[in-house]
Amino acid sequence: MTELYDLTIHELQDLLKTKKASSQEITTSVFQRIKSVEPRVQAYITLTEESALAQAKLADEKISSVGAQFIAPLFGIPIGIKDNFLTEGIKTTAGSNILNNYIPPYNGTTVQKLLDAGAIIPGKLNMDEFAMGSSNETSFFGTPKNPWDLERIAGGSSGGSAAAVAAGECFASTGTDTGGSIRLPAALTNLVGIKPTYGRVSRYGVIAFASSLDQVGPLTKDVMDGAIMLQALAGHDPKDSTSINTPVPNYVEGLKKLPKDLPLKGWKIAIPKEYFVEGMDAEVSKATQEAIETLKRLGAECREVSLPHTQYGVPTYYILATAEASSNLARYDGIRYGHRKSDPASLVDLYKKSRSEGFGSEVKRRIMLGTYVLSAGYYDAYYIRAQKVRTLIRQDFEKVFEENDVILTPVSPTPAWKIGEKAADPLKMYLSDIFTININLAGLPALSLPCGMTQSGLPIGMQIVSKHFQEEKMLQAAYAYEQATSWSQMRARL
Amino acid sequence: MSLTKEQVLKIADLARLDLSEAEVEKYGSQLSSILKYVETLNQLDVSSIEPTAHAVSVATPFREDVAVQDETLEKSLRNAPDQEVPFFKVPKVL
Repeated sequence: MTELYDLTIHELQDLLKTKKASSQEITTSVFQRIKSVEPRVQAYITLTEESALAQAKLADEKISSVGAQFIAPLFGIPIGIKDNFLTEGIKTTAGSNILNNYIPPYNGTTVQKLLDAGAIIPGKLNMDEFAMGSSNETSFFGTPKNPWDLERIAGGSSGGSAAAVAAGECFASTGTDTGGSIRLPAALTNLVGIKPTYGRVSRYGVIAFASSLDQVGPLTKDVMDGAIMLQALAGHDPKDSTSINTPVPNYVEGLKKLPKDLPLKGWKIAIPKEYFVEGMDAEVSKATQEAIETLKRLGAECREVSLPHTQYGVPTYYILATAEASSNLARYDGIRYGHRKSDPASLVDLYKKSRSEGFGSEVKRRIMLGTYVLSAGYYDAYYIRAQKVRTLIRQDFEKVFEENDVILTPVSPTPAWKIGEKAADPLKMYLSDIFTININLAGLPALSLPCGMTQSGLPIGMQIVSKHFQEEKMLQAAYAYEQATSWSQMRARL
Repeated sequence: MSLTKEQVLKIADLARLDLSEAEVEKYGSQLSSILKYVETLNQLDVSSIEPTAHAVSVATPFREDVAVQDETLEKSLRNAPDQEVPFFKVPKVL
């Protein structure tokens, strides 16, 4: 029999509505699963079992009083929260020693939205320190393991968010994506990961990394759950000045209205040739090609296009993201919150020692790089030049979208790699994001979804990119593909 | 380009970081190779290109300037390494 923890949100919703399961049974199933697999997976930094079970009890009482048929889609369902989302009264570390004891005084907007929708918080999920990394190895709290192969990374920076959902330790999770941090871990763990349009989801109460690139989104077991989660997270927030005030469509209805027969008839799907490069894993390449054939059978017209500035994305990103990070992380000075060095010799010594003890080596490296590219004499040569190249990258996409509905690419050049394999070489690690990073530079929405397995049983993901604020398009294309295949029904066996 | 030890120390000082000898060595060589890599951007002629600060442009949103009670003093001070309501406490620096 399928265990409760293996189900999707929409399947659980059906069980709750027909009273075949209670929120307490669902939540208990998750915590039993956590007890059995968490010592091996290490997805969580903080578990909140007591408050989660109390929330579940209240949820069941409410279901009894208002009637099961009236509950909202996330009602009574445990959703894991990445540890850079502020949660009132629950420790929030951003994966860093410098925030090891930080207890937020308020909930961020998206956390509050999930709570208002009736979601239950089982705990806070492991992540790369300040979301800086592609493998979750920069966390102060250890590295989550990939549930498909415990010797491998689950991807980063939302590694705990991916590992927990893939291992059945929660039903969906929140993530943040600055250069691929939702899509990459989703691809490596057989999940659906959504990075919405820049401005679609509020970042109020999310610990900032690179503010012109950061975006909040969900990791889920399938596309329908992705639509349900995005629906709950999206919308204008006056507390985030980059939040865009534009209507949010009904994503779930958008999926349901897709025709059964040839659902993608009339769709034009662009395949950028620059994303099928030498050095890419042969099995990833084959899986992506097979996905293209499936999309054609579903009625889509797939055509090769060019995004000529693709190769400049990673260098552009590492100038802009580190520059913004060096500025954002200046606030960790040991005065108002976070780690403080005892007995400093001077004020500057207090700043320097507190920061040096609190930050890990990848964060220091990026602060140093960002400080350098913003420093006097180098600002124009690096920062302004990178912003100009960002324009060229954005224009590449705009041109392709003039004649195409969505763009299809791989997510990661390789399946999940071994723990430690790339950790010693920062540049090698940075290149893991080669297919996801340009989407952030262009501010576009994109999702990652399962499209295959390697011979050795490691998941492969593909990426679908939409125009700004057209998340429903990429969800529809992904849903059509998912209905025709069975990849996203596969679960890791632990 | 290759960063000198003095440059690495200067950057660390600007970033308010205290580095060990080994870190100066390590970051010096790592940052040099990253900078060499990002210099591939010099291949492009960007003289007539406008910079992009945000991919989705939005005008500055304005609101009425009305005072509201956001957080209590006690709540805001709770995470301070050292505090004495209503102040953050810092070591004597003068």
